[in-house]
Amino acid sequence: MGKRTIVPFGPQHPALPEPIHLDLELDGEKVVRAVPSLGFIHRGLEKLVEKNDYNAMNYIMERVCGICSFGHSWGYSGAVEGLMGIEVPERAQYLRTIYLELSRMHSHLLWLGLLADGMGFESLFMNCWRIREQILDIFEATTGGRVILSFTKVGGQHRDISDETLKKIADKVTTLRPELKRICDVFIDDESVKNRMCGVGKVSTDEAVELGAVGPTARGSGVNNDVRCTGVGKYEELGFVPILEKDGDCYSRCKVRVKEVFQSIDIICAAVAKIPAGPVSVPVKGPAPEGEYVMRIEQPRGDAFYYVVGNGTKYLDRARVRTPTDANIPMIVKVLQGCDLNDVSMIVLTIDPCVSCTER
Amino acid sequence: MIHSYKEQHITALTPDAIESKADEMKKAGYRIEQICARSKDGVTTLLYSFDKDFDLQNFRVTVPQNMTVPSISKYYWAAFIYENEVHDLFGVTFTGLVLDYKGNFFKLEKLTPWKTEPKTSEGGE
Repeated sequence: MGKRTIVPFGPQHPALPEPIHLDLELDGEKVVRAVPSLGFIHRGLEKLVEKNDYNAMNYIMERVCGICSFGHSWGYSGAVEGLMGIEVPERAQYLRTIYLELSRMHSHLLWLGLLADGMGFESLFMNCWRIREQILDIFEATTGGRVILSFTKVGGQHRDISDETLKKIADKVTTLRPELKRICDVFIDDESVKNRMCGVGKVSTDEAVELGAVGPTARGSGVNNDVRCTGVGKYEELGFVPILEKDGDCYSRCKVRVKEVFQSIDIICAAVAKIPAGPVSVPVKGPAPEGEYVMRIEQPRGDAFYYVVGNGTKYLDRARVRTPTDANIPMIVKVLQGCDLNDVSMIVLTIDPCVSCTER
Repeated sequence: MIHSYKEQHITALTPDAIESKADEMKKAGYRIEQICARSKDGVTTLLYSFDKDFDLQNFRVTVPQNMTVPSISKYYWAAFIYENEVHDLFGVTFTGLVLDYKGNFFKLEKLTPWKTEPKTSEGGE
């Protein structure tokens, strides 16, 4: 056994857009152990539930993350709606489905860009983000916000989106398809990209279940825990089938996300074609009853878990969110054991950690 | 059969029963979904969640003040992340944690900021 060296990875590192720290214990060039360290940006947002009523808390929950803010708003609102026994109108459920898929597209394109950047493929990185920008333009044009949309509330949506605008959204994402295909072909077919990812950071199906992995990270290892299959939103009516890959390496995780971008376009177009007319919200009055409710949403990075506890007033006792990255950190730690130091950034990137979400 | 997201399975357990329940869930093929806590008037309540094929099972464990709870990390290694978080924020001590950060998991200005104290009776005659 060679001399063991500890190499700090993060909290500031070119491969990491946000601060997480890993102590990498090395034997030569091999990682023997990785110990994660969090809490550099812990905000304690969940605690604010004690000082903000359940409606106001929605604005705080969507600030858990700047990428999947829409999903957090839906997850939290859905939990409160469940606690209060509120049935959200059909049109609002379609709108939520459309906007969550737009969020998935922009999140996956952001990630693909970061992956390209991590490999030193700058033009590919810029092309991914150029296309992503057009999704953000849709957000801005229809909700007024590029990051924080404030579109969802307890009981439905704040405002309706006209059928004409929805048709324009469907047309817009459809026109992105050829551009997306051109860049995605590079991720799937380019030899230098494949060399960096094929066979690297392998996780078997059993290991992914054992480690509690979620999202594209789990689906890249053949585990279907995509909660879009549970009847949430309008996915069932739109014939949703999760995308799974079997190899469990960085390349598989990349392929899942690439395919999901195209799948999101299909879901958006199908939802726009089927969305019924009608109200987008129901009136919500009075306190939240005593009790508790759990809710899950398939965020771009995986299943996010929401838990609310009511006490008979307008203020909840607890609003908890377990974000997908929380669930995927144990997998990062295990996968890094035995890998080459060179591959650490690629492995960490393909798990797509969002530290802002994790720290809440 | 696909389980609906609307199904709510929340069962109360005593602190000493969580270890055997975790063992049982592991053997039945459930993955760990999450562990979280809430604290009110000095009483902390933990929620353990396990999932298998979208069947989400939750177990509520009420922990009186200063009582320790057995860690389930020997059954679910990934539980270390949640148990360290609960320890740092709520001050719950888990015995037998496989990766114990000893209060340094989150870099907090104040120790156990979300722990509450028992309600004291106010006023008098």
